[in-house]
Amino acid sequence: MQTKKIINDGNRAVDEMLEGILAAHPRHLKSVDGSPRSIIARDGPRQGKVGLVIGGGSGHEPSFLGFVGKGLADAAAIGNVFASPPPDPILECAKAADGGAGVLFMYGNYAGDVMNFDMAAEMAAMDDIEVRTVLSTDDVASALRGERQKRRGVAGNFFIFKAAGAACDRMLSFDECERIAKKANDHTFTMGVALAPCSLPQTRRPNFEIGDDEMEIGMGIHGEPGIARGKLRTADEITDEMLDRILAEMAPARGDKVAVLVNSLGSTPLMELYIMNRRVKQRLDDIGVSIHATWVGNYCTSLEMAGASITLHQLDDELQTMLDHPCDCAMFRAG
Amino acid sequence: MTTIDSNRLAGMFAAIADAMSADRDRLCALDGVIGDADHGIAMELGFTAARDAVAALDGGTTDPTTLLNTAAKSFLNAVGASSGPLYATAFMRGAAAVKGKVALDDADTVAVFQAMAKGIQDRGKAEPGEKTMIDAWVPAATAAGEALAAGKGLAGSLAAAAEAARAGAEATKTMIATKGRASRLGERSLGHMDPGAASAVTVIEAMRVALTG
Repeated sequence: MQTKKIINDGNRAVDEMLEGILAAHPRHLKSVDGSPRSIIARDGPRQGKVGLVIGGGSGHEPSFLGFVGKGLADAAAIGNVFASPPPDPILECAKAADGGAGVLFMYGNYAGDVMNFDMAAEMAAMDDIEVRTVLSTDDVASALRGERQKRRGVAGNFFIFKAAGAACDRMLSFDECERIAKKANDHTFTMGVALAPCSLPQTRRPNFEIGDDEMEIGMGIHGEPGIARGKLRTADEITDEMLDRILAEMAPARGDKVAVLVNSLGSTPLMELYIMNRRVKQRLDDIGVSIHATWVGNYCTSLEMAGASITLHQLDDELQTMLDHPCDCAMFRAG
Repeated sequence: MTTIDSNRLAGMFAAIADAMSADRDRLCALDGVIGDADHGIAMELGFTAARDAVAALDGGTTDPTTLLNTAAKSFLNAVGASSGPLYATAFMRGAAAVKGKVALDDADTVAVFQAMAKGIQDRGKAEPGEKTMIDAWVPAATAAGEALAAGKGLAGSLAAAAEAARAGAEATKTMIATKGRASRLGERSLGHMDPGAASAVTVIEAMRVALTG
């Protein structure tokens, strides 16, 4: 049995979505002429500013193009569903974002994305655009502690891109932008839980199997198996298990400050996210960690997957300044 | 001796595209167990794009190098993902291996095959035993070279390659993934065939049939 979707043609889903996005957000976004999968900010790229190019597969909306705009990313390269974009649209983004001060490539750490973005970086170098890459590796569940460089990038991209975008917008040097991007990644920790699969528009079949009464802690945003499957538990118990793993790594001290993101993987409603967020607040209060800001909603989805992720972004003065720096994107605004 | 020209290579891409369409759902299901269930889609998309791009070339005036480079670029831009850079690099290396030739003899065709495997290995930075497509491609390339040296001609060489690829893909069931997306699974990847190795078998078998059938 095929899953139900409101689509015309599975193979055209990404391009038709992009047409709809450009129609909805003409003030913020446009595509590069001749490269419809390269989406750039109408306001953002400028001479002397380090350019910020993000990107990845489709199906995670509003990631990634929702974070394109002044104060955040200059451009996003759009791949097929759950697949890295090829080098050409990435290169077009780099050209559009280049203000002569260097271009940062930032994306989640996946083998396919690394190969395609690296090929694009080599091509950009031939056009005299200097590219540096900062990978996001915030998914605590995806590799052991001490192997952070092997971890996937997931919803924590939100904070990591935000910090880097602010650094770029404040006209900091290439070195500084890169340093702040890496620091933001090091200070960001995410854990996810999945309750039900999603299905790709081309196959319309569930992308994994899970029992009616089961959940999987640590599942990736493409349905990659996580670290433990078990019976569905209460919101507080699930939130505790996720937070325990995050806090064990982040090791915050009493008086530390964090920003919180409680993110839906697609079909989990706001009601459930807010129930989780209630528990996050209780737990952080208990250990004397203050919450500087909270976002709850759809920020990094996996089509219609059911489940959620919790991200904590540990703030110092510098990262707080970057987080509070204004940005104006099609699907996200701050400051 | 089998002589392979550009028309024959274009036919090879059509054969691979057909094989991928037929195999798509099985590959997606394999990928769903240890990955994100899209491998069959990417492979079908890539080889369909490569087939269409090389079909649009003039087989009479296009040399094998140009044809293979065209296939590489169209595959890459249709797919991205992991398979895009890996197979695009494979075809570009294959193209470079026979630069300047109009028709390929048995040794040339096996050289293309071996360069493809090397390209995939270089781009993916994977070693045999890490549960990737390399576990099909590397033994296949070795077997093809040995069979050619033993005087078995193109048909015997590609038959040996296909056989080695099948055995290599089968062996991935006993491996723990250490590269690619499945590497985050650790021991939970045991018992499952790597989808990239499985699709490599389909590619290699389709090449064998198209080039020697």
